[in-house]
Amino acid sequence: MSGFFRRVAALPWRSIAGEAFSGTFLVAQAFCAVHVVDEYVCSVAFTEGPNMLPAINLAGDVVAVDKISARLSKVAPGDVVLMVSPLDPSRPIVKRILGMEGDSVTYLVDPGNSDTSKTVTVPQGHVWVQGDNIYASRDSRLFGAVPYGLITGKVFCRVWPPKGFGPIDSNQSQSQSQ
Amino acid sequence: MGTYHHLWSIAKKNAMAVVIGITISDRFVTFVSVTGESMHPTFTGTNSVWRGDFVLAERRCLEQYKFSHGDVVLFKCPSNHKELFVKRLIALPGEWIQLPGSLNVTKIPEGHCWVEGDNPARSWDSRAFGPIPLGLVQGRVTHIIWPPSKIGQVERKMPEGRISSD
Repeated sequence: MSGFFRRVAALPWRSIAGEAFSGTFLVAQAFCAVHVVDEYVCSVAFTEGPNMLPAINLAGDVVAVDKISARLSKVAPGDVVLMVSPLDPSRPIVKRILGMEGDSVTYLVDPGNSDTSKTVTVPQGHVWVQGDNIYASRDSRLFGAVPYGLITGKVFCRVWPPKGFGPIDSNQSQSQSQ
Repeated sequence: MGTYHHLWSIAKKNAMAVVIGITISDRFVTFVSVTGESMHPTFTGTNSVWRGDFVLAERRCLEQYKFSHGDVVLFKCPSNHKELFVKRLIALPGEWIQLPGSLNVTKIPEGHCWVEGDNPARSWDSRAFGPIPLGLVQGRVTHIIWPPSKIGQVERKMPEGRISSD
């Protein structure tokens, strides 16, 4: 029994602790690096739902999101953006910007049933966002213009499925929303 | 050659420290300097960044968006996303709030909240721009850490009888 204790005591505890510490620190560093790249440079997002058809498929698409342009206010009408839903802060949504502050936007109030359209002016610091599939999208037509601060990034590329890999066009919505 | 390696390792260590600092500030806790008179007397009213109160804001609350009435929150200004405001959270989604000075009640929409400053005379807040989306909230102010005379926790405070939850 005492021999066992002597052997345990003879283990190089100091260097084991040191190694464990440096290992943990390395993992923490990697975690931090991933966080910074994900938050400030580029990230990926999973999308689902019919609201951006046909630019983005019904389910299972993975898109790459550029975080730099949103931070530098370099998004323009026509860009597809990732944003926080104003109705539920923990849910990210993907929409297309149709108007920046000061623009007037004309939209169909109820595209399925009537032709009535409405024109609004986007207030300061807000943007007007809509899904490409106007028949199945909860967007600015429902909740009005949203503050720019909710935009987290610009969607610029489809990553998955591999067949659909490629850039996402910035300006196809105008013709389709008519 | 030796100097070059030495400099490189110093640069690497500093870059790593910055990255770790940013992560902690984004995910856990951050420092902000509060200026302006809107939150007087909770925070000092001054226009200079260096003479304002330094406060600690925690970010963990953003994972679940769990807030209580009377929390002091940090949020992006709805009309200018580069500006951060500090105000007191008065009402949460689904509640009815009575506007001060009138008998009208407004319902807070889903996913929004109502924020007001402690100094109603000098504050530009939800009374002017309406309820804000919870997604704009960037953290909850928990402690004042500077100046030394005011070090301590930030209290929750609620105006009585202005909200009803139905």
